[in-house]
Amino acid sequence: MTTAVLQERTHYLNNGYGLKSWLLTKDHKRIAVLYFITISIFFALGGVFASLIRLELVTPAGDLVSSETYNKLFTMHGVIMVFFFLIPSVPATMGNFFLPMMIGARDLAFPKINLLSWYLLIAGGGFAIFAMMAGGVDTGWTFYTPYSTTYSNTYVIATALGIFIAGFSSILTGLNFIVTVHRMRAPGMTWFKMPLFVWANYATGVIQVLGTPVIAVTLVLVFCERVFHIGIFDPALGGDPVLFQHLFWFYSHPAVYIMVLPAMGVISELVSTFSRKPIFGYPFVAFSSVAIAVIGFLVWGHHLFVSGQSLYAGLVFSFLSYFVAIPSAIKVFNWTATLYKGSISYATPMLYAFGFIGLFTIGGLTGLFVAALGIDVHVTDTYFVIAHFHYVMVGGTVMAYLGGVHYWWPKMTGRMYPEGWAKLSALFIFVGFNLTFFPQFILGYLGMPRRYHAYPPEFQVLHVASTAGATVLAVGYILPAIYLAWSLRYGPVAGSNPWGATGLEWATPSPPPTHNFDRIPVVTHEAYDYTAVPQEVEVV
Amino acid sequence: MSSEAHAHAEETLALREQFDTAEQQKDASTLGMWIFLITEIMFFGGMFAAYTIYRSAYPTVFAVASSSLNVTIGAINTCVLLLSSFTMVMAVRAGQMGKRNMIIIFLILTLIFGCIFLGVKAYEWNEKYVEHHMPGQAAFHLEGTPLQGPAKIFFSLYFAMTGLHALHMVVGVGILLTLIVQTRAKKFSAEYFTPIDISGLYWHFVDVIWIFLFPLLYLIDRHLPK
Amino acid sequence: MQLPLFPEQASTISTEVDHLLYFLVAVSVFFTLLIFLAIFYFAIKYRRRSENEIPEHVHTGLTLEIVWTVIPFGLTMIMFTWGASIFFKESRPPDDSMQIYVVGKQWMWKLQHMEGQREINELHIPVGRPVRLTMTSEDVIHSFFVPAFRTKQDVVPGRYTTTWFEATKPGKYHLFCAEYCGTNHSGMIGWVYAMEPQDYQQWLSGAPKGTLSQAGAKLFEDLACSNCHKPDGSGRCPSLVGVFGSTVKLAGGGTVKADEAYIRESILSPAAKVVSGYEPLMPTFQGQVTEEGVVDLIAYIKTLAEKPAEQPSQPGIAASAASTATNR
Repeated sequence: MTTAVLQERTHYLNNGYGLKSWLLTKDHKRIAVLYFITISIFFALGGVFASLIRLELVTPAGDLVSSETYNKLFTMHGVIMVFFFLIPSVPATMGNFFLPMMIGARDLAFPKINLLSWYLLIAGGGFAIFAMMAGGVDTGWTFYTPYSTTYSNTYVIATALGIFIAGFSSILTGLNFIVTVHRMRAPGMTWFKMPLFVWANYATGVIQVLGTPVIAVTLVLVFCERVFHIGIFDPALGGDPVLFQHLFWFYSHPAVYIMVLPAMGVISELVSTFSRKPIFGYPFVAFSSVAIAVIGFLVWGHHLFVSGQSLYAGLVFSFLSYFVAIPSAIKVFNWTATLYKGSISYATPMLYAFGFIGLFTIGGLTGLFVAALGIDVHVTDTYFVIAHFHYVMVGGTVMAYLGGVHYWWPKMTGRMYPEGWAKLSALFIFVGFNLTFFPQFILGYLGMPRRYHAYPPEFQVLHVASTAGATVLAVGYILPAIYLAWSLRYGPVAGSNPWGATGLEWATPSPPPTHNFDRIPVVTHEAYDYTAVPQEVEVV
Repeated sequence: MSSEAHAHAEETLALREQFDTAEQQKDASTLGMWIFLITEIMFFGGMFAAYTIYRSAYPTVFAVASSSLNVTIGAINTCVLLLSSFTMVMAVRAGQMGKRNMIIIFLILTLIFGCIFLGVKAYEWNEKYVEHHMPGQAAFHLEGTPLQGPAKIFFSLYFAMTGLHALHMVVGVGILLTLIVQTRAKKFSAEYFTPIDISGLYWHFVDVIWIFLFPLLYLIDRHLPK
Repeated sequence: MQLPLFPEQASTISTEVDHLLYFLVAVSVFFTLLIFLAIFYFAIKYRRRSENEIPEHVHTGLTLEIVWTVIPFGLTMIMFTWGASIFFKESRPPDDSMQIYVVGKQWMWKLQHMEGQREINELHIPVGRPVRLTMTSEDVIHSFFVPAFRTKQDVVPGRYTTTWFEATKPGKYHLFCAEYCGTNHSGMIGWVYAMEPQDYQQWLSGAPKGTLSQAGAKLFEDLACSNCHKPDGSGRCPSLVGVFGSTVKLAGGGTVKADEAYIRESILSPAAKVVSGYEPLMPTFQGQVTEEGVVDLIAYIKTLAEKPAEQPSQPGIAASAASTATNR
């Protein structure tokens, strides 16, 4: 196949070139591309903030930026990365692009709402960026009261409004996915024939729909308190500052699963494709996603072990937190078992999958530390927690995100990425990540509190190590940005199924036509049946 | 193969191009609205949780503050809203039968009731403002209790909850107006009236929220010892 | 170049926390190695040898699924129980603890000993004796964190939180604020000096001042509390003799234990829980008395629980101070 073939055939990318054909598109694939561009920008922005934080922490004195600036840096790093990168990351890009294709649908159930949710993310991001340009916000991404409502004199309202609006983007995406999975499956595509990526996004949709409104209303209350000085959270007026933490974490803990469940879905696809085996224990992996979504709503109180909540609340939340660990463990074991007697390829996406399983294992196991009451009292609000959730969010979600991007790149663009460079950058990311965040476990147990601009000198060596690792990590993140852009024009043309994968998305030409399937497929095979791999599509 | 033929057919309102059958599309729209309403329940749920916590913390203040609200007006408004739900049901029924004139009449009736509700609500809010019961007013004062802080919390919740509810009503009024215009433009028929149907769901939901708000805000002092 | 890799163990609880940590590290290392080695082994042994190979089908083993569900679950239950038992200990200060009051504000720690010593960002304590901290904040949420003691407790405005520890080793230990509290959060740090008991006694006697309860007694007069709260109960407000630690009947039914939180609430928002048989006459002292003042008053009211009230020593001064307090 040649480049000429790519250009002759009408597909979703060359079906209209004008700005309007993109900004008013209802095609889930184009919307996915819009999301991809948007969140890449947010990721870069959050990454710049992270680099400045790491640079500042090279010396204990806090002499690079002022403490006001430092506080704004980590707040904006958190806000951007959590609400504008991690939460939309996998669902809004790969979920949007492939969920309809995987179940044999022409589009999501509500294409206009899908476009609306992209605009909402843009609007929310606009407010957040306005807040940053105007002077920043310094409350931490957690907005704890009464600091955020009464004491901070930064742009809390604009930022909260941005998150509020972006929240509706998330809700609408989740709603769209749930309805699509329920109502749009192709003939024969029963629930247990769906790829696990679809299961994961479905479970994520449930959390988005149930959890996000709670943070929205919490932000409304913060807004009211800040503007009208009413006493919902301010103890001086009879309010309860810890109530905020309950409401906040009621969403924000499940939000962790919004960030990691779709990533787990990606890993299921990668592990299966590159070992040419069905996922070991498919129903267990599928139901563990649902279990995580449900139990995830019952554990928010483990963020409040030292907040002064009652002893018994602490016990209950610790107990329940261990329950949510089990489904994650089941997933890890099943992925590993899938490799057994497989036909394992070392293509870049698989390297990311290996990286994910390893780092997520560490992230998950250290979750057991912070769920143990006695230990959490010591390590909460220290770098131990920072390291733990970066192992899950960056070592987990971002690894899976990049793995997925490489895996589906040929389908999305019709081109292959350069394999050598991709492997190199995967290596940089894995090594850089561990160098950055492993020292932070030690720092945390030593007692280094989080959100410290200056720190006692005995912590310096570990901080320097962490910053050194971050530079390696940064190189690892910059490389794909360059070679992926390069491959858009110069990459070798990919066939319709370069990996020999099984999903319905590989039964369409690359890039897919606007309505995905000329003929809606009838599904007869189980998921991940490698005796029935879609053949290369002959393009006329 | 019908699906193949369909992929190239012109899309209609009743059958958008991503769907195979009109029934599938209607099912999807209805399910979508239900899920949206679940989201709304969680949205109001956060407020109800805050209300519950503070009411159990300051039961007497909440009772005193609640008794300062005008129950008669609240009850009248409840009736108005229930009536509007009834006319909405009738509009949906007219939609099922494809009677455009009846749809328009009942939608307009619903619209009028909705506007009456909002007008009465605005009157009540103004009353609160005049009585200095609005948090944020420098002269805020609630008679009958020394605890002005918790009294403010009650009224903050009162304004936040009724305000949020009213906002949903305003959105509902906008939806009704759109539906009326669309019906006049002959967009709906007995085959396709999904927007009327799911807007009905929304309207009833907003109604139900009020059914919870009314006793919680207006009637809670009734069972407390005086 | 300093490179500590493990924090000092300087309290009774710290060794227990560390033992649980060792257990968790052992479990984690075991499972991490298991997963890593399995991945490496499978990845090499079953590497793709030809482009078209289709591996044989392996059936899902229910037994295996049960095994790797039940074993991790059992392990996590051990972790839960172990962690909870430590937490129980951390949450229950021994009865013979010495009392210290802590007030956090942006961005300093104010610490008060019962004997009257007031410290800022420094805390002197004896080793071998449990120390109970009763803490509140004047503004935002802070968190009292001493890594060497493995102890941390949020300090929340509007309420008292408590924690305790018993130092085992004399030395100088970091005190951090662990809950982000604004611009100078990383400056809200200090030192805990754990001292041999005799050194501590010497330090206590080093700066002779009135005790907390004496300061409280003076404030009690200054704020004209004694005008209404007469010790014999003849005033318009209840007598405070013997009130601390007792159970108080409330107007409108119900009872409350007269602990530190209740006394604090009664000073700052008196109408919240009025004692049965009395009118809600008392004005709020919010804004007129600082959190430290409240602590002094509590310390004084505590002494009333033990013995009858002392007569005010300087009635003249008390009266004039009272008039200024009411005229403000």
